[in-house]
Amino acid sequence: MATATTGRKVTWGVLDLLVIAFALIPVLWILSLSFKTKDTLTDGSFWPQQWTLKNYADIFQTSEFLRALVNSIGIAIISTLIAVVFGTMAAYAIARLEFPGKRLLVGLSLLIAMFPQVSLVTPLFNIERGLGLFDTWPGLILPYITFALPLSIYTLSAFFREIPWELEKAAKMDGATPAQAFRKVIAPLAAPGVFTTAILVFILCWNDFLFAISLTSTTASRTVPAALSFFTGSSQFEDPTGQVSAAAVVITIPIIIFVLFFQRRIVAGLTSGAVKG
Amino acid sequence: MAEIVLDKVSKQYPDGALAVSEVDITIADGEFIILVGPSGCGKSTTLNMVAGLEDISSGELRIDGQRVNEKAPKDRDIAMVFQSYALYPHMSVRENMAFPLRLAKVDDATVNAKVEEAAQILDLTAHLDRKPANLSGGQRQRVAMGRAIVRNPKAFLMDEPLSNLDAKLRGQMRTSVSKIQKQLGTTTLYVTHDQTEAMTLGDRVVVLRAGYVQQIGSPQFLYDNPANLFVAGFIGSPSMNFVPATLENGELHSALGTTPLTDRIRRLAEAENAPREVILGIRPEHFEDAALVEAGQRTTGSTFTAHIDVLESMGSEKFAHFTMEGDVATSAELAELAADSGSADVPGADSLIVARLSAESRTRENADVELWFDADKIKLFDPASGKNVTYED
Repeated sequence: MATATTGRKVTWGVLDLLVIAFALIPVLWILSLSFKTKDTLTDGSFWPQQWTLKNYADIFQTSEFLRALVNSIGIAIISTLIAVVFGTMAAYAIARLEFPGKRLLVGLSLLIAMFPQVSLVTPLFNIERGLGLFDTWPGLILPYITFALPLSIYTLSAFFREIPWELEKAAKMDGATPAQAFRKVIAPLAAPGVFTTAILVFILCWNDFLFAISLTSTTASRTVPAALSFFTGSSQFEDPTGQVSAAAVVITIPIIIFVLFFQRRIVAGLTSGAVKG
Repeated sequence: MAEIVLDKVSKQYPDGALAVSEVDITIADGEFIILVGPSGCGKSTTLNMVAGLEDISSGELRIDGQRVNEKAPKDRDIAMVFQSYALYPHMSVRENMAFPLRLAKVDDATVNAKVEEAAQILDLTAHLDRKPANLSGGQRQRVAMGRAIVRNPKAFLMDEPLSNLDAKLRGQMRTSVSKIQKQLGTTTLYVTHDQTEAMTLGDRVVVLRAGYVQQIGSPQFLYDNPANLFVAGFIGSPSMNFVPATLENGELHSALGTTPLTDRIRRLAEAENAPREVILGIRPEHFEDAALVEAGQRTTGSTFTAHIDVLESMGSEKFAHFTMEGDVATSAELAELAADSGSADVPGADSLIVARLSAESRTRENADVELWFDADKIKLFDPASGKNVTYED
């Protein structure tokens, strides 16, 4: 048995390492590039031979990147907030209530989630120019909410379905109004689901490139993924790879912070003990 | 504490299905009423209508003389214990029990006092600061009870509260539920599937079948005088034995031989215009090993010979299982009961008869034995309507 267990451990260990390497090597590469000097960028070494922070200093000196960072954070947070609040309401209704048109609503939101976004870019471009939304925050927030809502409705309704309905009945019997039952019993239990959804939606909005590049034209609303593609270096002949890498590293930081911040709230099995066990 | 009146209360779902039909029950102040019946008989629906969790389609529900049909659950001042307990997992035991009081905006000192008191009654004092996830099934059940008793409601509603516990714990909790109810004197409506709970807990039992009330009465009365085949077959464990029989010239012919009717039975049957073909019902304890029946008593009954298939000795008594040749008693009620208990799938189970014999009986398995049954204790049922034609008020 002992050898079998050891053999198993080794097999799994190797497999785990493979998966981790597959996922992390490109990230580490970008990280390494961002610390390399201009001359050593193409030396082919995985480990920087000469360390420098110049790339980071450069991107923070250009107002373009800082402005894009502010746009990204602002737009993603506002979209997330709105999508999660409305998603929570819709998901609760879908999980708990029977109302006419429920299937239609669920079907439509599924349809939106599957709709190829690229086919919407041209019409949206024209509509937004006509409405004066082009190159503004709302011009990006609106399409983000549109595509984030189905995601949040789906994730959240799955969470709501897992909360035993009897808890709500019990709260009613204990003297709670429907609003109190939702606030004191259902909402605390749904919190992990809400945070999970918030993370997913935030990442969706944060990473978007398609709408960001097509519906913006100036730093007024250009987000980081779009701004990155406009990096040119200080002269036309300068290779901006180092700066692009530095910027790429910088924009992953908010996501990591976001996930770490909410991770503690995403406690699996919070509902255990509610009903028979 | 309150009197609860269900006045022709019905529940019809939008798709037309009738779940509960014109239920009339008057529950006196402080009374313990059991709603019992097989799955889908409408007992939980009835309870939910009293709770206010389901709308009443027609009829009136009155608590203390006031119509409450339109009132929200929170305004009815009724506490409920759920089958799944429905404890709030994010709150400690203390917070769970305090929840109804907090909602009622009771001051902290009173909340603490009441929670401590309830915890004392339910033996939960040591667990007040734990979360439900860390409690055993029995403890969770007690927390659910605690949440109901802290606020001194007008009535308790319990929906199969013990069905998730294992057999031994269920027995203990049954006693404590009964004790707590007597101690508090709160009107209680208790739904169960369990025979023993129905027999032992309630002041009165309401037997439901497919949304219709079959009979209401004290457990002993229902046991002794079932109104129909359904009640007869449902109440009692092991259940009543049924054998088809023919009434002729004051005698009863069946697979158990020919039995002269006693005067009492004949009078009752005649008053009810009993049909010629009847179903004979005998409770297991009304059989006895003929060898143990004294000669004087023998004449009040009838004897027959049976081949014992299985003999279960419980120490204090013996259960003899045997089959009698002849037809199997059939009726809609019996079929439904068999389906509910799952015995419909057991081949030949219908014609199986169970007799409870004294421990002194020397009967052995796979042996022929002469058995006696008390002719005055038999019940006769009309196979068409299921009605007990020997019913006595």
